[in-house]
Amino acid sequence: MTSLSLDVSPLSRQRLLSAGALAGFFLLWEIACLAFGVSDLILPRPSQIAVVLWQKMPLLWPHTLQTLYTTIAGFVIGVVAGVLIGVVIGSSKTAYDVAYPLLVGFSSIPKVAVVPIFVVWFGAGTVPAILTSAVICIFPVVVNVATGLATTEPELEDVLKVLGASRRDILLDVGLPRALPYLFASLKIAITLSFVGTVLSETVAANKGIGNVMMIASGNFDVPLVFAGLFILAVLGVALYAVSSYFESRMTGWTQRRTDMAMA
Amino acid sequence: MGRPAVQLSDVTLRYGAGTIALDHTDLRIEQGDFVALVGPSGCGKSTILKLVAGLLEPSSGGVVVGGREMGIIGKDRGIAPALRIGLAFQNPTMLPWLTIRENVMIPLKIVPPFRQDYARKKKGEFAERAEALLEKVGLKGFGDKRPWQLSGGMLQRASLCRALIHDPQLLLLDEPFGALDQFTREELWDIMQALWMEKRPTVLLVTHDLRESAYLATRICVMTSRPGRILEDREVPLARPRTLETSYAPEFAALVQQLRMRIAEARTGADADADADANANVHRLPIKTAERVAA
Repeated sequence: MTSLSLDVSPLSRQRLLSAGALAGFFLLWEIACLAFGVSDLILPRPSQIAVVLWQKMPLLWPHTLQTLYTTIAGFVIGVVAGVLIGVVIGSSKTAYDVAYPLLVGFSSIPKVAVVPIFVVWFGAGTVPAILTSAVICIFPVVVNVATGLATTEPELEDVLKVLGASRRDILLDVGLPRALPYLFASLKIAITLSFVGTVLSETVAANKGIGNVMMIASGNFDVPLVFAGLFILAVLGVALYAVSSYFESRMTGWTQRRTDMAMA
Repeated sequence: MGRPAVQLSDVTLRYGAGTIALDHTDLRIEQGDFVALVGPSGCGKSTILKLVAGLLEPSSGGVVVGGREMGIIGKDRGIAPALRIGLAFQNPTMLPWLTIRENVMIPLKIVPPFRQDYARKKKGEFAERAEALLEKVGLKGFGDKRPWQLSGGMLQRASLCRALIHDPQLLLLDEPFGALDQFTREELWDIMQALWMEKRPTVLLVTHDLRESAYLATRICVMTSRPGRILEDREVPLARPRTLETSYAPEFAALVQQLRMRIAEARTGADADADADANANVHRLPIKTAERVAA
């Protein structure tokens, strides 16, 4: 280990370790299943899942795209709505007091209970999935944006007010940039929640999407296919999380206090 | 005498349920004057500054700035201040996502007539203007740094630049040198004095440092607390530019001592009225020190 770390930078060493941990996890899983003779109806081995993934990919691919599309659409709608609501709530004390109980009420409703309502309104299929995904990811965005706006230093606002800045000036020049790190922190939560919403709706009322595939597969006791679906969801989740992380570091680098950024 | 830059007439300000921050106070500041408000903390000096800035509204009385009655800014939105005002606090409050130069340029982005030209001139003329000002306060070459890369003293210099970039007619300074070490503070006094002598804005400086007020101001208003009011208003007869030597001259020391005694008298008087003896003893301690200096 020491000889390895000598010629490898800390970052790539960290990546190597992460990859190692991941490989180790699957290896352990494989070995444990073989050693204890676990039936693939209970817990299929990673190698079996890989085979199913490979064989059924032509069948799974359209469903993967469907889930991805639904999630991203729901996520975008949820984030846009969340930012707008967050801006309104965060920039006015009255709006904050009035709307907050309402929001907490909405967010504490289990989203499974909402899906049937969306189905009644829009029919089964893509629309309820998009809406569930949007509704589930609004709350963390609203709370974080509102918090970011509400925690602007009063002295800074005073400096701008005295210059004759309008509320819009203050919002654009100070409030929103200040809230940006909070927003990105919430995006990482929101994107994973969006998946939850989509898959939830797909399992309840849809004829497409990974959630639907898993539902049917479990009905047929095709457990390796269920796990293949889970695997696809995990990969999609990680990928979208990585995308929002990337944008976060690009847009809010000033919170990281790195010296190389200032030189650029 | 022409129109005063700032006129407070019989102003009283109460916070909430009866705490009187300011009690029937009059204050007139002529254009181009450098007035220092000195006094112990809680005596209402920052309150006066906030009234003048339009951040607070008097409970009674009038605040006229640049010939126009000040309302509270947030409430009477759309009413621009009659004068271009620059503001600097003890806390430099730089925006962390902007460079120092961009921070200094913020007023140009907001205040007319600069506002209209901001998009066009921010890379050229305005950036040079910020750079020239940064050089004057000793921050040449720091324009591209981020706020967290600078020390507290450097940030305070940048904060002064931000208060001055738009050529304010009225400069409001709320203990801007309060958190600095003595050497940096004295250096910034010199810079402040030079900038004032060059452009001659009207300045209202709030401070608890008597030496600072004597070094910078043309007029010193001594305030006392409970309730806040102006106890004494006097000219500073010292010639400009004042230097470090001036600040150790006998007349400077005498002035500072007189001011100090005045505040001490007011405080012991107030304590005799209201407070416990223990409190008074604490307050008497610095008087003895002052006497020793005098001897």
